[in-house]
Amino acid sequence: MDKGHASRHGVSPRLWLAGGWLLLALLAAIFAPLVAPQDPLAQDLMLERLPPFWLDGAEPGYWLGTDSLGRDLLSRLIFGGRIAFIVAFAAAIAACLVGSTLGLIAGYFGGWADRIISRVVDVWMAFPPVLFAILLVAVLGTGLSSVILAIAIIDWTRFCRVIRAEAMGQSRMDYVENARIAGYGRIGIMLREVLPNVVPSIVALLSLEMGIAVIVEAILSFVNLSISTDDPTWGSIIAEGRLSIHQAWWVLVFPLITLILTVLSFSQFGEALKARFDPVLR
Amino acid sequence: MSACLDIANLSAVLPNGQRVLRSVSLAVQPGEVRALVGESGAGKTMIGKAVLGVLPLSVRIVEGDMLLEGEDLGKLEPKARRTLIGARTALIPQDPLTALNPSRRIGPQMTDRLVRILGWSGERADSRIRQLLDEVQIRDPDRVLKSYPHELSGGMRQRVLIAAAFAAEPRLIVADEPTTALDVTVQKQILRLIATLQREHGTAILFVTHDLGVVAKISQKVSVLYAGKVVEEADTAALFAAPQHPYTRALMAATPRYTDPFASLKPVDEAVLAGLASEIAETDQAWRRPHG
Ligand SMILES: Nc1ncnc2c1ncn2[C@@H]1O[C@H](COP(=O)(O)OP(=O)(O)OP(=O)(O)O)[C@@H](O)[C@H]1O
Ligand SMILES: [Mg+2]
Repeated sequence: MDKGHASRHGVSPRLWLAGGWLLLALLAAIFAPLVAPQDPLAQDLMLERLPPFWLDGAEPGYWLGTDSLGRDLLSRLIFGGRIAFIVAFAAAIAACLVGSTLGLIAGYFGGWADRIISRVVDVWMAFPPVLFAILLVAVLGTGLSSVILAIAIIDWTRFCRVIRAEAMGQSRMDYVENARIAGYGRIGIMLREVLPNVVPSIVALLSLEMGIAVIVEAILSFVNLSISTDDPTWGSIIAEGRLSIHQAWWVLVFPLITLILTVLSFSQFGEALKARFDPVLR
Repeated sequence: MSACLDIANLSAVLPNGQRVLRSVSLAVQPGEVRALVGESGAGKTMIGKAVLGVLPLSVRIVEGDMLLEGEDLGKLEPKARRTLIGARTALIPQDPLTALNPSRRIGPQMTDRLVRILGWSGERADSRIRQLLDEVQIRDPDRVLKSYPHELSGGMRQRVLIAAAFAAEPRLIVADEPTTALDVTVQKQILRLIATLQREHGTAILFVTHDLGVVAKISQKVSVLYAGKVVEEADTAALFAAPQHPYTRALMAATPRYTDPFASLKPVDEAVLAGLASEIAETDQAWRRPHG
């Protein structure tokens, strides 16, 4: 059989494109002080609203142009990526840990544990998420950790619902019964037998959630509820770009493209990884 | 000598009060194959699960005893019961695909129980498993042990499960329609394999099936189950020579003969079903009385 060959063909372009963009963006964010061509906060009114490099009036060193305060757009996007990735990783991992654990318990044990957890999820999901986020940040106060906390508090239900359904399906399989006969306890079976079979879905959801966290953070910055007004974030750049759309379209368009590419890459990367992790599809 | 498995008056109900087992009594002697036949939904699988201690949580045993080699399973602590069942019984399941964990390799799945229940060392379990793989005529054990379940054919998977079932030398194996999910062409091989290993290892088998042809080939004793009630039990030869219960006769009449492959499956006669219904109602009443 030639499974490896077939799957490498089916999976790879997606995995490489999405993974490539994410790696590039992540490395740029990590090494922002080294790779950013300019200081992202430095204002220079002489350089305001410079267009991107291929248009007339562009200045060398300001590749994507400048905003209305003369700050370099590319450098701001690179530094904004730092916050985007920190929020993406921290919030998604927190939501994943809480949601997957509860989902696994509800799906595998069923009974009253499932009834309680499912009821909480239903109530939780009745709130519109963006409103919920704004409300939470208003209560928790702005700042990096409250944004992360808010996203995790809202989005654990996404993991919980999917993992519950999968764990439930798995625990009806005969191999779970076999493990019982072979002397495993319930918790042992949940961790050893059921968990590995839901890992592919957890991975896919985790990656998707990172993308969602990036959007939510951008929305919160957009409405000025995120980190602080000084540090550039993709959301705050978009908000500023919207104001100067007629004079400098690039200040809106480039952060939007960056945001969309990143979010799409996260979800595609997750799907591709899921296929990699799944022993049946692999 | 005490029976290998002795079930007495076992009754079980669903949360809605529906009875799935009605005072089932059934014994399997050491080294004997007892067939358990009946139509779909009769409760054959439930009996097997009850013995193995893996009934669904929704199914509750309301009366009866189960003795495994003389030990009353109902009187044991859950942990001791698990260990006893794990050491003395095994399951050959209906669907060899879902009976193996898709994300774990075959090897560790097979040695698991030997290591956990019997406390064997890894090497000892491994060599035992290889010995059994040889007995089930798997010629490339290295590849099979390293494979994931989906990489093997249905017949191979069932061989693996049969090997795993016999590896711990259980006294009793529950085989729940072990050939129904397989290709017709491999069904016979698998059946022959089970019969051979059963004879060589002297293992008692509770063999669940709805195929009377299989019953005739493999078993010495038969219990006929209808709606959770044992309606007839007999030596296999005697049952085929002279079925006593009208339902058994109907079941035989409904089974196409091998001599006439084009004979269609006839539905069970109305009158027989009516008789069964009143018989079931009687047992239910008898059951309700002492419980108020
Ligand atoms: N998990 C479950 N929870 C509740 N009831 C169940 C469950 N599984 C089966 N039942 C019910 O218990 C009864 C007996 O089912 P069982 O699976 O033992 O039948 P069976 O004789 O094995 O049939 P088949 O030949 O189709 O395998 C049926 O009425 C069925 O609907
Ligand atoms: Mg069944």
